[in-house]
Amino acid sequence: MRLTCPLCGERDRREFYYSGSDDYLNRPAADAPVEAWDDMLHLRVNPAGVTKDLWYHETGCGSWLVVTRNTVTHAVLATELVAARKGVAK
Amino acid sequence: MRIAGKGLIDRTEPVTFTFDGTRYHGFKGDTLASALMANGVRLVGRSFKYHRPRGILTAGPEEPNAMVEVLDNSSQTPNTRATVQEIYEGMAAQSQNRWPSLRYDVMAVNDLAAPILGAGFYYKTFMWPRAFWEGLYEPLIRRAAGLGKLKPQHETASYEKAFAFCDLLVIGSGPAGLMAALTAARNGADVILAEQDSVMGGRLVAQDNALGAGWLTTTLAELKNLPNVRLMPRTTVVGAYDQGTYAALERVGLHLPNTLHLPRECFWRIVAGQAIMATGALERPIAFSNNDRPGIMLASAAQTYLNRFGVTPGQKVTLFATNDHARTVARQLIAAGVKVVAILDSRPDASAVEDCPVYLSAAVTDTQGRRTLSQISGHHAGGDFQIETDCLLMSGGWNPLVNLACHHNAKPSWREDIAAFVPHPGMVPGLHAAGAANGRFSTHAALSEGRDTALAALTAMGKPAQTQALPEAEDAPYRLQALWQVPGKGRAWIDFANDVTVKDVKQSAQEGYTSVEHMKRYTTQGMAPDQGKNSNVGALAVLADATGRGIAETGTTTFRAPFTPVSIGALGAGGQGAGFAPQRYMTSDQASRDRAAPMIEAGLWYRPSYFPKPGETTWRQSCDREVLMVRSAVGVADVSTLGKIDIQGKDAARFLDFVYTNTFSTLPVGRVRYGLMLREDGFVMDDGTTARLGENHYLMTTTTAAAGQVMRHLDFIHQAYCPDFQVRFISVTESWAQFAVAGPLSKMLLNSLLDERLADFPFMSCGEVTVEGVKARLFRISFSGEEGYEIAVPTAYGEALFRDLLAKAETLDGGPYGMEALNVMRIEKGFITHAEIHGRVTAFDIGMAKMVAARKDCIGKASATRPGLNGPEREQLVGLRCDAAIGAGAHLFTPGDKVERVNDQGYVTSVCYSPTLGTNLALAFLKDGRARHGQRIRLVDHMRKTDVICEVTDPVFLDPEGAKLRA
Repeated sequence: MRLTCPLCGERDRREFYYSGSDDYLNRPAADAPVEAWDDMLHLRVNPAGVTKDLWYHETGCGSWLVVTRNTVTHAVLATELVAARKGVAK
Repeated sequence: MRIAGKGLIDRTEPVTFTFDGTRYHGFKGDTLASALMANGVRLVGRSFKYHRPRGILTAGPEEPNAMVEVLDNSSQTPNTRATVQEIYEGMAAQSQNRWPSLRYDVMAVNDLAAPILGAGFYYKTFMWPRAFWEGLYEPLIRRAAGLGKLKPQHETASYEKAFAFCDLLVIGSGPAGLMAALTAARNGADVILAEQDSVMGGRLVAQDNALGAGWLTTTLAELKNLPNVRLMPRTTVVGAYDQGTYAALERVGLHLPNTLHLPRECFWRIVAGQAIMATGALERPIAFSNNDRPGIMLASAAQTYLNRFGVTPGQKVTLFATNDHARTVARQLIAAGVKVVAILDSRPDASAVEDCPVYLSAAVTDTQGRRTLSQISGHHAGGDFQIETDCLLMSGGWNPLVNLACHHNAKPSWREDIAAFVPHPGMVPGLHAAGAANGRFSTHAALSEGRDTALAALTAMGKPAQTQALPEAEDAPYRLQALWQVPGKGRAWIDFANDVTVKDVKQSAQEGYTSVEHMKRYTTQGMAPDQGKNSNVGALAVLADATGRGIAETGTTTFRAPFTPVSIGALGAGGQGAGFAPQRYMTSDQASRDRAAPMIEAGLWYRPSYFPKPGETTWRQSCDREVLMVRSAVGVADVSTLGKIDIQGKDAARFLDFVYTNTFSTLPVGRVRYGLMLREDGFVMDDGTTARLGENHYLMTTTTAAAGQVMRHLDFIHQAYCPDFQVRFISVTESWAQFAVAGPLSKMLLNSLLDERLADFPFMSCGEVTVEGVKARLFRISFSGEEGYEIAVPTAYGEALFRDLLAKAETLDGGPYGMEALNVMRIEKGFITHAEIHGRVTAFDIGMAKMVAARKDCIGKASATRPGLNGPEREQLVGLRCDAAIGAGAHLFTPGDKVERVNDQGYVTSVCYSPTLGTNLALAFLKDGRARHGQRIRLVDHMRKTDVICEVTDPVFLDPEGAKLRA
């Protein structure tokens, strides 16, 4: 498996650490109800198809990435930097 | 039975080898199979189940019969295909699965019992009594049926792994592969051409006159000279993975006598922009009675032996064919002076004009000959026949090698006109089939498809793609009549390697195993080392027939990687022994070993366990002495393994407040604070001290074990939740060597080395000092409970400082201490490690709930307050005192309660004997533990057979006020 790090280019998946769903990016407000935290921490869909998850370029540049890929075909559809994704304060 | 003047072997280089102890001669360029054939050896193995005599069926890696054990100094490699193994001077091979000898095999009685040994025999027979299966039946069956054996020794041979990258990977060097490689190479692409054989050329090598020798030689010479081409002979591409990654196995030293300086094999990971599958096709056998005798082989194999090795497999050859290809083989044999007795052509309408008798509408129905073929019988258009022959060549048509295209689980498509499965585009992204692998069997078709596929691949990569001229080549039609089985009474083999016959497949269908996957498992067809390369299509044709379905409807089983067997040694290359994991050494490593300290692993690090003194015979003696030494004088320990993360930036303080439960923005410059870090789910992740070196500059310490995890965590928090924070951090763990100096005389020891005496340097302060002119960082922190310092110098000075510290310490009755003493002292003080913060405890559990600051948010804060994490139902950190020795992992019960899981009150995480207090101590988690100080608890350890009563205490056993720390 190969992933394209936006900073380092296409690299072998062994350089990356797999973390899990990109739900982790949606951190509820500190005073959000417990259900919101439960959602973010524990509730996952397991799609047969397109999914988005977080990978860390651990032996590369240290960037966290959102990888869009298809769990059925294994196609990697997109990779973007977590820090540069849309809708995040700069 | 060499044929003068034929073959590509080097007759000037004779090679001597042994097979089953007998010496034979061959030539350089021979495989074991061709050399045995040249020496008239026809019986080379015994079959898996019935121990039938077997010869050589093929001339390639798909060989199901001629599997041998190759012996060399270090290993015994079983199931080596004689058709692939090249001979070398002094090579020793032996047949397998026979006793006492290949000629007289006792287990051949199985063949007489064949009527009851069919598919499902074991399942039905050895059902009762159930307990007998593992102890008796299975070992017996395994001994009787089986393949080669391994030497029961550690593998000492060396293997390699390697990575390669290219624009275009061409798999197979037949006409399609060569033309594809040539086209891409001339257009400037980086090309890897992988060929499983030792010579390049694929079927061109075997066919002799298909293109004339000239084109092959010039093409190979051109490719070899191009800097953008890498030819990889003896390299089998065994798997297709994601994003253009391919696995390949190269035989590096297996064909050479002295492999000491070479690895046996190399496991390659090849990453290609595009790939071309020019893997060719395999000729398939025909199932008829007794079609497995030595002397019966595939027509294409005979062609290879004749043209490449200059050997004929027989003196009186017959051919049983369903297509035109066998005619070429017959003509070449005749031209080489071999007598071809007859061509038995199954087709009614084929040409009968050859330089030998041709019989149409023919079928071979039986064969005779005990250890080798002597006669065949059958019928043809003119009536029945009996022919004396020592070699029968089968030509049942061709199966494209679609395996790689199926490795992503796509199924190939059935093509009725050629009665074969073929790949279709898109089965593996970026992998394109060409030539025979794609069902295009003529040389011209292979060449033109190889070229066109390469052009398409180049275009797909946006590279120049200028077309190339093709050489003249035959474009003869194939004209196949599908023939899978000849009806008859005897056993007709489908899967030679696993002894599966037509009858077995039919029986499978009869007993309800009509799905091809069920049939495979019931009969074991396709499960031998050849993975059904010769038999899959034939078996499912018989199954389709037996179930009244078409072949397309019946479908194939799943093709999985690897294409041919890969040794575990190659897969794990570099990972044996010390190669299993990287080793990290501290700068003090040699100094510690000089003092005979046994080293223990801490993650990837090696740390000294204790420093034995003369007369000390157990670790406990050394450990007790070291503890008392630190408590009464001074000790030195290397603590460089702790993670160190340098954090800088305008928002560094803000960032740390978010990361840690407690507040770091209020920490004055020049001070150190203990910090607690949670995971977002509210459980403790790590702890450690963080020093403020400047207004916008912090140095964080992590535990040794969690250094990588914390770095990842910090990166995530920053990038995901606060990318606008102006903060940067980097691991400096290996940039600094850091030593703990602890004990009442620690300050005296430091002062003897520092360039300037320490002024007021209170507990939890930090600052810069110089030691022998080197800038160092000093932290007043303690993990032992004594007055303690940690001094850090750039790594280059680590060893020197360590040795100096020890020398000075010894003048003060101090010295080094190891991990054992360090552990005892921290237990005495109730300091936690990852034995306690193991991922299932909260700040509340370890008594640090108050460290979660109320006034700010932090990672894990919301979750830490959720129900169930903060009450008397939680197991809380306590201390235990006990007169008897106790072990970690023991469980706790309320005295009087039955020792049952439901009554479990908690468990022990760390234990030690405290020489300071003269008793056994433990840290443990106990339900509602903080309310139970002073109570007695029963400790049960089934593993160590311990059952004792302990006293529950505060986890801090020594100096709870911290007077010594602040001294």
